[in-house]
Amino acid sequence: MRRPLIGFGLAAVALFGVAPLVLGDFRLNLLAKYLCLAIVAVGIGLAWGRGGMLTLGQGVFFGLGGYAMAMHLKLADAGPGELPDFMQLYGQLDELPWWWRPFANPVFAMAATVLLPMLVALLLGLLIFRRRVRGAYFAILSQALCAAFAIFLIGQQGTTGGTNGLTDIRGFFGYDLNDPLNRRTVYFIIAASLLAVLALTWQLIRSRYGELLVAVRDGEERVRFLGYDPANVKLVAYVAAAGMAGLAGALFVPAVGIISPALIGVVPSIEFVIGVAVGGRASLVGPALGAVAVAWAKTALSERAPSAWTYFEGLLFILPIVFLPGGLASLARLRPSWRRRQARIPAEATP
Amino acid sequence: MTLVLSQLFTGISIGAVLLLIALGLSLTFGQMNVINMAHGELIMVGAYTVYVLQQVISGAGWSLLIALPVAFAVAGLIGVLLEVSLIRRLYLRPLDTLLVTWGVSLLLQQLARDVFGAPNVQTRAPEILTGSIRITDDLAISSSRVFILVLALAAVAAVTLVLRTTPLGRRIRAVVQNRDLAAVSGLATGRIDRLTFFIGSGLAGIAGVALTLIGPIGPAMGTNIIVNAFLVVVVGGIGQLKGTVIVAFVLGVLQSMVEYTTTTSVASVIVFVTIVAFLQWRPQGLFTLRTRSLA
Repeated sequence: MRRPLIGFGLAAVALFGVAPLVLGDFRLNLLAKYLCLAIVAVGIGLAWGRGGMLTLGQGVFFGLGGYAMAMHLKLADAGPGELPDFMQLYGQLDELPWWWRPFANPVFAMAATVLLPMLVALLLGLLIFRRRVRGAYFAILSQALCAAFAIFLIGQQGTTGGTNGLTDIRGFFGYDLNDPLNRRTVYFIIAASLLAVLALTWQLIRSRYGELLVAVRDGEERVRFLGYDPANVKLVAYVAAAGMAGLAGALFVPAVGIISPALIGVVPSIEFVIGVAVGGRASLVGPALGAVAVAWAKTALSERAPSAWTYFEGLLFILPIVFLPGGLASLARLRPSWRRRQARIPAEATP
Repeated sequence: MTLVLSQLFTGISIGAVLLLIALGLSLTFGQMNVINMAHGELIMVGAYTVYVLQQVISGAGWSLLIALPVAFAVAGLIGVLLEVSLIRRLYLRPLDTLLVTWGVSLLLQQLARDVFGAPNVQTRAPEILTGSIRITDDLAISSSRVFILVLALAAVAAVTLVLRTTPLGRRIRAVVQNRDLAAVSGLATGRIDRLTFFIGSGLAGIAGVALTLIGPIGPAMGTNIIVNAFLVVVVGGIGQLKGTVIVAFVLGVLQSMVEYTTTTSVASVIVFVTIVAFLQWRPQGLFTLRTRSLA
């Protein structure tokens, strides 16, 4: 009971105390971006590490959250009654499309960043899990969804900005994002969100539900015979992961100032997974730490040699998964009872 | 009428490309229950084989003809290497294999970028495949598309023949149907896995040769076309080729028809929704092996 609380305290001190003191504005902003990816990773850790659902399409939910937030911010930047700049540029539209209009309301937009991805995940999950589509089938479907979503966005040049996406976001709920102080505030919001998401996930995985989720991962049929419906169990984890990805996407927009199809397509979606695998898919903080580490390595390496990064990334997918399936978290000697539960990544049931 | 026919043929030719890609994929997926994410890069290997051969052999027709077996062998060998070094170790963790092979695909792509350069390269198509065949006065179909269709059907026929009639095919089918029982009956499942992987990966190489006729050859060519091929395999069901064949053509025609009536971007969404709806009806794919396992 006490150790996780100490861990939380340390993480809070590091995120709120040490990082803002040590890092300059530029690096702190980068860290804010990494923490957004960490929020996605916590969700993937829940769905994949704990629930056995390898989702290669978190970009869809990340994108839904990001676009919902960016749409509101674009509208706020443009001012009441005005069209966002890119719509004026392409000049196809005389007035705002109907589905843009609700996003002018800040409360609706903020709720939509999380609820919209959850709704989509709920509908899709209901259809998929009820029919017992799983394993590689599920992974491929989630990836196909992601590809379809990105292609769809690219095609809607006039209303979503197409390939460019929604760029050049200047304000965040009335605050100017060019002001370094406001950018710091954005960082603090993101750090607080990450801690909240971690706390929520911690509560989930140590509850009865968390036990059930692991049981479904390890023996879906047995759980079914015990009288539970595995579809519902999986659905909760999948929807929660989608909500986290949506939140991360929404926070990503003020931190980076852009959301575009290139950030949410097939490739970035599978890159979300890599940090989770490296950090330790079944652990709580492993995915978050792994995501930050991988994102940091990406920036550091691709600044120097872009081709070296791709080789390194390829090896990151191969070596940890082959030789260290539990990720770095399995190396850390945690409490014995935790270790017993986490260290073993079981063989997946083959039909 | 002409429009419908020409769209139909476009769809069939998209389907033929899908089929050529998915054929190898369905062999390896059926055998190991593993989606090989590096399959797209094996296609790329096949395409670059044509490019390299054309540096040596001047005649476009000959080089294409020679490229077919060479690409089959090269891609097949890379596939076997992959199976021996990585996939076999992860036999009980199919989802992990998916990620590991994705890592391999990144490595192969970057290797291609470093060896051949990031821009797309050009190959020459043989004279007879550059024109088009007139069907009626205002309906013409390009002969390279016809060639790909013939190639795809020939590949299906060859694979079917191997699976149905040869001892190797019998063993492959046995392992797909029940791996443990096959092993108990004295089949060397490891060796059969390697052979299946050789054939499946080799087919990717052949698909790569075919793709040089209709599209650019570049390091990223594999990723662009592979997602739909995965879908074909998933919707077609494992273990039987006829599912793959039917779904490839249906998906191709569906895509071309929807694209014609709407736009490419809307079509991709409609195709996805159709597939999810289809899986409501047949969650295990169009054709499945009847087994006594649950689900």
